[in-house]
Amino acid sequence: MEANTRSTGRLPAAFLTPGSSSFMDFLGDHSPELLPGNRPLPPVQGAIEAPHGTTIVAVTFSGGVVLAGDRRATMGNVIAQRDIEKVFPADEFSAVGIAGTAGIAVEMVKLFQLELEHFEKVEGTVLSLEGKANRLSTMIRGNLGMAMQGLAVVPLFAGWDVDREKGRIFSYDVTGGRSEERGFAATGSGSMFARGALKKLYREDSTEEQAATAVLQALYDAADDDSATGGPDLARRIYPIITSLTEDGFKRFSEDEVSELARAIHERRLEEPDGPRAALL
Amino acid sequence: MTTPFYVSPQQAMADRAEYARKGIARGRSVVVLQYADGIVFVAENPSRALHKVSEIYDRIAFAAVGKYNEFENLRIGGVRYADLRGYTYDREDVTARGLANVYAQTLGTIFSSAAEKPYEVELIVAEVGEGPEDDQIYRLPHDGSIVDEHGSVAVGGNADQISSYLDQRHRDGMTLAEALKLAVDSLSRDNNGGERSLTAEQLEVAVLDRTRPQKRKFKRVLGGQLSRLLEPGEGGADAEASAESSEESSSESED
Repeated sequence: MEANTRSTGRLPAAFLTPGSSSFMDFLGDHSPELLPGNRPLPPVQGAIEAPHGTTIVAVTFSGGVVLAGDRRATMGNVIAQRDIEKVFPADEFSAVGIAGTAGIAVEMVKLFQLELEHFEKVEGTVLSLEGKANRLSTMIRGNLGMAMQGLAVVPLFAGWDVDREKGRIFSYDVTGGRSEERGFAATGSGSMFARGALKKLYREDSTEEQAATAVLQALYDAADDDSATGGPDLARRIYPIITSLTEDGFKRFSEDEVSELARAIHERRLEEPDGPRAALL
Repeated sequence: MTTPFYVSPQQAMADRAEYARKGIARGRSVVVLQYADGIVFVAENPSRALHKVSEIYDRIAFAAVGKYNEFENLRIGGVRYADLRGYTYDREDVTARGLANVYAQTLGTIFSSAAEKPYEVELIVAEVGEGPEDDQIYRLPHDGSIVDEHGSVAVGGNADQISSYLDQRHRDGMTLAEALKLAVDSLSRDNNGGERSLTAEQLEVAVLDRTRPQKRKFKRVLGGQLSRLLEPGEGGADAEASAESSEESSSESED
């Protein structure tokens, strides 16, 4: 089995072996060193310093699900990047948002996107939403060794289930444990504040725009209490990334749409810094 | 132990070529045509499950005739090659030329290796460019040669006759409906010069459409859209417009 296809010219046997439709399985057979979880880590003392992404939130609404993330990456007490993108389309009907070590997470998303596309091309049909969520689980499990050295990746996966015709959210833990969330979910360092906010703001029958407003409010609250989460940066025009998944597929809100929502929230917060109030009883 | 008969290398190769050609000629043909907005693939294929035309990568598609298990194997090999290359370098670094070379080497090695039976397949690898002049179409016969094609190409049984029919009638800048009708006309002619009529159900049609907003330009033309494009007299803007308007709705259901 030849690793370099150009050295013999002919496609190596591994390429023509019938079998798995999974690109990760193929990589594992043919070029295991390219799999993110397959690299031996040198023993290190303490955690490795690398940029970390922070808060991701998701909310279902009547016609689908909204997935959003702030734009900050931190390294210790330093803001490593102000405009990092942490929410990506996984395929036509699903998206993934990542919290944790940015470098590894971005590589994982790239491989995950390819895994779904590869299956689609080889099989001629798409994976079920559960199937996609399980593949992501496997990838996170493969990263456990790194996670134990402080390089964890904890994503949030959201998609439109074509068969059940509804938006669904899956959250993960660092060991790859997967659980389906009802209504709303958050991950990352600011997630507990965001989840607290969403608990009060979530409505089952909300519209897409209301759901987008709710996730922005939640990110605003997370940024308020968690130093690693960035709020909307009105001066630099850096706003959270908001995406939605509906029966029309993946959509990313344009900068103008998000800016309008973010400014409206900001205006209200100048009068009520703690955001909208929920009824007591 | 008996001594095998001496067979001259020329004779051995000629026998193998003959074997492969006969296998390919048994199957129905596939035609590939350039049109204004891309490249259209048309195959006579009553099966909805076993495809003769498939997506390889963002701008690259694959069409094949011959033995299904052999070209399916090559197709999956090509998808793996393209995905691995795009993952290692960048999506832009996956080209039809590179893929065609790998296929040619693979087919050539198999063809000349006495230990393996030659593949009874003929492939087409096509890549849609930014403009019609950047489109690339490669034809890969069973023996590992590569032919750089322009305009139109046919492979499979009766390919020579279909090719000459297409060569005479194909022109640059055809609309999708025009190109599709020409392709179906050419496929409807059988060996004896007679005509059969082909319906939408018997056709597998796909396009590499450079105007698609998505990065993946491959799209199957199915059902209602295909029937509309095939309607006689609908040569012009109507069918084209309906093809475009149904783009969004059908792009979800494509496989």
